[in-house]
Amino acid sequence: MNTVIIDGLSFTLPLFIMAIGGIYSERSGITNLALEGLQGFGAFIGALMAVLLASHFSANSQVPYYMAMLFAIIGGMAYASIHALLCIKFKANQVISGVVINILAMALTTFLTKQINKGVFGASSDKFVLGVSSRWTVPGLSEIPIIGAVFTNIYPFEIIIIVIAVIAWYLLYQTKYGLHLRACGDNPHAVDAAGIDVAKVRFFAVLMSGALSGLAGISFAYSISANFSSAIYVGYGYLAIAALIFGNWKILPTLGACLLFGFARSGGYRIVQLLQMPSSYSDLVMILPYALTLLLLIFFSKQNRAPRALGEIYDKGKR
Amino acid sequence: MKQKNHSIKAFFVKCFGNEKYQSITIPLFAIFISLLAGAVIIGLLGKNPLSAYQNLLQGSGLLPKPSYAGYKNILTDFTSFLNAWTPMLFASLAVAVALKAGLFNIGVSGQMLTAGFFATILIGYSDLPAPIAKPLVLIVGMIVGACVGGLIGFLKYRFNINEVVSSIMLNYIAQYVFSFFINTYFVNPVSRQSTSVSEASRLTLMDTLVGNLKMDIPLGIILAIITAFFMKFLIDRTKMGYELKAVGASPTAAKYAGIHVGKNMVLAMVISGALAGLAGVTYYLGYFGSIQPKVLVSTGFDAIAVSLLGNSNPIGIIFSSFLITVISKGSTYMSSAAGIQAEIASVITGILLLFSACGAYMKYKIKSFQDDIATEKTIAQKQRKEAEK
Repeated sequence: MNTVIIDGLSFTLPLFIMAIGGIYSERSGITNLALEGLQGFGAFIGALMAVLLASHFSANSQVPYYMAMLFAIIGGMAYASIHALLCIKFKANQVISGVVINILAMALTTFLTKQINKGVFGASSDKFVLGVSSRWTVPGLSEIPIIGAVFTNIYPFEIIIIVIAVIAWYLLYQTKYGLHLRACGDNPHAVDAAGIDVAKVRFFAVLMSGALSGLAGISFAYSISANFSSAIYVGYGYLAIAALIFGNWKILPTLGACLLFGFARSGGYRIVQLLQMPSSYSDLVMILPYALTLLLLIFFSKQNRAPRALGEIYDKGKR
Repeated sequence: MKQKNHSIKAFFVKCFGNEKYQSITIPLFAIFISLLAGAVIIGLLGKNPLSAYQNLLQGSGLLPKPSYAGYKNILTDFTSFLNAWTPMLFASLAVAVALKAGLFNIGVSGQMLTAGFFATILIGYSDLPAPIAKPLVLIVGMIVGACVGGLIGFLKYRFNINEVVSSIMLNYIAQYVFSFFINTYFVNPVSRQSTSVSEASRLTLMDTLVGNLKMDIPLGIILAIITAFFMKFLIDRTKMGYELKAVGASPTAAKYAGIHVGKNMVLAMVISGALAGLAGVTYYLGYFGSIQPKVLVSTGFDAIAVSLLGNSNPIGIIFSSFLITVISKGSTYMSSAAGIQAEIASVITGILLLFSACGAYMKYKIKSFQDDIATEKTIAQKQRKEAEK
């Protein structure tokens, strides 16, 4: 039971922060299917930084770890600016742009990983090996039965994510700025009439989704495989999108959806272990989150209300 | 500065201004820019871009290589290029049909895998003789693909589920479920792939001796080209195609005109799925003879690039899929001949996608250039007239 909770949380939280990124972008009116590529590219930049720094610090230093987080955020943001440019300035179809960004991210990071490994480290490898992340256990609290597992073996990124998630929630719902952002997704003309630059607000929202996705990406890289390779593109970005649709573009219900995915996944793995099934059965377990997504969407999509101006190119002259 | 600006504008308008040819000139510009970007990357790596691009053509059997192994020459390279081109052409047509109806079928890879898997276990592992097996493979592929595509269309129509999300979910489900079945029942312990399909059901005649050459003859390519022309006819010349396009252009307007939007969405996805199914069988039972577990082929995603580049026009797609296949197929030879990572091919494809996505902006910008030049002219004329007075 404990491992289910520990693994479940370490999967849920990155997914959640990525979904929040998606919510920012979509509430501002920009469809963001690029989350997958953004998290991959962010993770790539972060991992590159960690690998470059690793030789300058002692083996158990945690500095590269936090630098990796920081640069993953910056990398995700920089890469997201392409999506923002395409959607806002170049008026491209937002769905197509998102998919293009994903394909380009996959191609670029795979190519660059190989090239950098060969050029800088002289090794022919297609991955960056990251150090093992330290894990914390809160004394006292972790002794409580069942709930204690929440406080056991926490990755540092989980705490960072929770803090950022709270800030993101506050920014979106409690500030004037968040109000503008949400208004851009529902009625950009009204926002424009109020003298606020729609393009600017949307640009920021997409950058925000890039930053949060980058953080999610590096967290996945550390928690799941402890390295960066093209194996990071397994559709978690799309899972996050499903979670936010399922959560009706609101932050708290989205957390519920992410928890569901996280525990379905870790629980499934545990069942395979407990029943001592051959490892090929884990393939069947892997489909759980995806199948759940589809099923839940079937039941909940109808009631959902997407932001009204979602996916529409803002055209001042149009009424 | 102003003069310079003016001449740049005039240049663009001269090259791309003719709206009749914009569907050709703008993709050509995108290709040129991305090849240029690729050349810069290759140059930065310290390699000669021109010889690298030459290697791409050599690897695809379009230019002669310096040396060949026994039984091989430029013709055998070209037929094996055709072999790789077939599934790409089908897959791109699949994406294009969906795009025409305003749907984005990113699940082509999953539909290919599903169709390939069922065709493999139903026909590929049977003892049916070739004249029966080959058509059956095609039919099974089409039906299975159509079912998956139809499901996505139905989910969109009935439950309002974004087709991108549902098809991605189906992609992953297909990938894991079939990898489970292959690993459990059909695995070849040596190659770690599914057991090869029978010769009789294979859609490519492998290593056939023609004269003194051993070539792979892909039977599907003829069908693929015929299909492209058929789709062109279907979209441009029939009522069905007209309704699909109407739904894609504006669902509300289509509804107002009395077109059943939901039915057409499902129909578009059924056709798209069937084409993806054909791509699947020509890939898994033609180009390859087996299925690698846990891997979705990149063809389905590259097909999006091809389709965008070809303006979702079936005839344009014949050319654009040819180009993308040259890049991806030739990259293997390029990496061995020039020592450049084969992944550069997908980077070039990615950049190409990026510029293709900006096509609408190009059109808009050129229109505004034209307007600018027109107003400048009228102003100049006015001034001249005033001066004459």
